[in-house]
Amino acid sequence: MATKSQAANNNKPVEIVDRVTIRFAGDSGDGIQISGNQFTMATAFAGNDLGTMPDYPAEIRAPAGSLPGVSNFQISFSERDIHTPGDAPDVLVAMNPAALKVNLRDLGAGGTIIVNSDSFATANLKKAGYEANPLEDGSLQAYRLIPIAITQLNAKALEESPLSKKERDRCKNFYALGVIYWLYDRPLQPTLDFIADKFAKSPDMVAANQTALKSGYNFADTTEIFTSHFRVRQAQLPPGEYRNITGTEALVLGLVAASQLAETPLFYGSYPITPASDMLHELAYLKNFGVKTFQAEDEIAAVCATIGASYAGSIGVTGTSGPGAALKSEAVGLAVMAELPLVVVNVQRAGPSTGMPTKTEQADLLQAAVGRNGECPVVVLAPATPADCFSMAIEACRLAVKYMTPVYLMTDGYLANGSEPWRLPDLTSLKKITVSHEADAKSFEPYQRDPKTLARPWVVPGAPGLEYRIGGLEKAEVTGDVSYDPVNHERMVLLRAEKIRRVAQDIPPTEIFGEASGQLLLVSWGSTFGAVHSAVERVRANGKKVSSVHLRHISPFPADLGQILKSFETVLVPELNLGQLRLLLRGEYGLPVVGLNKVQGRPFTIGEVQQKIEELI
Amino acid sequence: MTPTAPPAARPAPTRQDFVSDQEVRWCPGCGDYSILAQMQKIMPDLGIARENIVFVSGIGCSSRFPYYMNTYGFHTIHGRATAIATGIKCAHPELSVWVMTGDGDGLSIGGNHMLHILRRNVDVKIVLFNNRIYGLTKGQLSPTSELGKITKSTPVGSIEHPINPVSFAIAAEATFVARAIDSETAHMQEVLKRAAAHKGVAFVEILQNCNIFNDGAWDSLKDREVKSDRLVNLQNRKPLVFGKNRDKGIRLNGYKLEVASLGAGVSESDLLVYDETETDSSFAFLLSREGRPDFPVPIGVFRDVVAPTYDELMSRQIAQAQAKKGPGSLEDLIYSGMRWTVKANGTSV
Ligand code: SF4
Repeated sequence: MATKSQAANNNKPVEIVDRVTIRFAGDSGDGIQISGNQFTMATAFAGNDLGTMPDYPAEIRAPAGSLPGVSNFQISFSERDIHTPGDAPDVLVAMNPAALKVNLRDLGAGGTIIVNSDSFATANLKKAGYEANPLEDGSLQAYRLIPIAITQLNAKALEESPLSKKERDRCKNFYALGVIYWLYDRPLQPTLDFIADKFAKSPDMVAANQTALKSGYNFADTTEIFTSHFRVRQAQLPPGEYRNITGTEALVLGLVAASQLAETPLFYGSYPITPASDMLHELAYLKNFGVKTFQAEDEIAAVCATIGASYAGSIGVTGTSGPGAALKSEAVGLAVMAELPLVVVNVQRAGPSTGMPTKTEQADLLQAAVGRNGECPVVVLAPATPADCFSMAIEACRLAVKYMTPVYLMTDGYLANGSEPWRLPDLTSLKKITVSHEADAKSFEPYQRDPKTLARPWVVPGAPGLEYRIGGLEKAEVTGDVSYDPVNHERMVLLRAEKIRRVAQDIPPTEIFGEASGQLLLVSWGSTFGAVHSAVERVRANGKKVSSVHLRHISPFPADLGQILKSFETVLVPELNLGQLRLLLRGEYGLPVVGLNKVQGRPFTIGEVQQKIEELI
Repeated sequence: MTPTAPPAARPAPTRQDFVSDQEVRWCPGCGDYSILAQMQKIMPDLGIARENIVFVSGIGCSSRFPYYMNTYGFHTIHGRATAIATGIKCAHPELSVWVMTGDGDGLSIGGNHMLHILRRNVDVKIVLFNNRIYGLTKGQLSPTSELGKITKSTPVGSIEHPINPVSFAIAAEATFVARAIDSETAHMQEVLKRAAAHKGVAFVEILQNCNIFNDGAWDSLKDREVKSDRLVNLQNRKPLVFGKNRDKGIRLNGYKLEVASLGAGVSESDLLVYDETETDSSFAFLLSREGRPDFPVPIGVFRDVVAPTYDELMSRQIAQAQAKKGPGSLEDLIYSGMRWTVKANGTSV
């Protein structure tokens, strides 16, 4: 999809392309994530829409040059509105043989490989399991291979620098980045600023890294290695102020926003677990927002302290990933019984057990929806994109306090670490969250319910005349006294279920992408939104009538969902598990639902979803 | 949500103000009744408004306690009361938070949380009822049951070495550690009042009789005839003297403690003078370890030292951050980092 034209500002021709996907790969010590983030920033400044996905090795410091030590960062950018970090990369930037080996299978046919040829020495080749040098044995003939002696060129560029040889060598990532910036016509300034800021304490480091970046750029511009470079036109994004944001960052901001909208302090109890720990790190910095963070001794203490904080009047949030969510389930049952607000963020990862902690999956949905002892209903929500984590964090807190219930907010490794441009919200447009701890001492009963929501009053210790006792034993309706009465128990089970069902009255109508009825409807939830939506867009662009809906509310389902599903001949649910939403939909509506399921620790590609759609129509 | 100050004209509270309307359901004769009675007795003297008091419990006979106190109460899940109390106290430091637990709840399933609330010095008062048995589940071994003990789950005798709750708390460097006995009511009241007055975590073990599943577990310490020879009441900065005629004492011999008879060349000045405010917990630990049959069981306050509390430090960090950076502005937080503007004509800057 490239058109040739003459560039005005460079001396080589520019090809206009509409979407590019680049993957940076190297040793986890190589600063790949920094390069990726810088390229992202430059891309945002260039006005493209974008999506990113980092992919870290599980080992913290795997041996340099080894296959398990490879760290990746993929970015896709376009002149169009895009929803994923791209399927197959068009360009692979491999800093060593291991990075090439691990990523080659994902590269699109005819894709470009840029390698640091200096790193393809015998020792590194051996570590990556190459018998012969792939740069020389013809095995990469199907690709456009561009070897650049980055280590040497970088060393040459920095000859004058007073830094040690080792320090100079570390600048080579910025050299490589400079090459790519030229190739994709990115502005250097944001990264020059970043370097100036990051190394502010050492002028020599600033100078060396900036020189490396510029030298890489100039090298690409002046040598014959590239005959042309590429430009992606600015995307037509809605006007407004933007920043690039990861799901974790957006979620943290959403929690803080909820606390302010509710004028209620935020308490965050958590135990370190990949990939959820970053929420704890970020919130721990926000003490001036009155946020209290508690690193507990274990997952159970984390949720229990959070329940204690909710009981004492805070917005209690606990964040974790699958194994931690399993440990928290008994305590969540207590919050269901005591009818206290609680938000449990599950940044899902590939399971079961320890599974693949740094890889993404959606296989904890049933755990959240039904994985507790007894009839124990909760609200389950899932954000669709990294930026959507902001709104859904507010939504989770809002429903938790309004309905006095635990709410699971299901993100995943891909949403948490992936990023996209976020149009910054107008803060005055965010709705206040009403919180009341008031009750009339004369008529107060701990389980007297609001007639509309069935929520009990959130009376907090400290209120005179309202002293009451609650707990995990079954409650008598209204008074909350301990009760073993069989009929009362059934009544309470039904009331708790009805309370959650009534949350549906608070869910906006489901948006249908495409026609409201027809042959095929796709239903997505959580992070599969991007791939599913893009696949449907593509098929529709080819003139096929296919529709999709995306669920942010999974328990309860939106009130209009049943009717929508019934309006299509076939319903397809793509999800990164063996069919958990499908099971819930079948159970709720008794409809035949088809699944597209993948459990490889990776998100869907658009192509995979598209192929399944084409099979079905 | 901040507690309202009690109206000025409110009459002074009485014991009755702390009695809830719930029928007490422990077995008749259970030691728990005495603990409840002493607690209700001391409450009016603490000078804390009833609405600012929260009793938190886990699961077990002891954990029924909050239902019987006319304060705020939260009967939670097995072993986790300490963790929940930590959250309550951190979120709402003005509250007086009490945890009522047992040997199973607090030291078996809840052992980990107990360790951490103690070492963090969260300002919570913990009362552990030690009856050396599982009562609610009808008579299994507990972590304080003695080696060889025959229970429903150990029909030929326990093969477990028991844990000593006071040693555990001292090892965790709890800032207040004490022991009382269900039948010694006046002494228990004193200990509970001392615990309430301590700023920081307070751990009180109460030797409690379960007359159904482990009757007489502490009888050797209760018999009127012998108890003064079997107990030594710790008194701050006083020599360790005990015995019916106050004719025995405890002294240090090398690294060991030993019982010495007063008179015949041994005077009170040869005995150990106990100092509960000693920050080094080694000696308190040594004293708590003694288990020889001829050695008296110490009761009273083992340790009462001053240290900043966790909840106080947490609030302080927030106050400091707010003093330094000002109260957080959501707008500044969201509109931060590298940003760009997309104009209506599609160009971005
Ligand atoms: S079982 Fe034992 S501890 Fe429990 S209430 Fe009865 S006597 Fe008390």
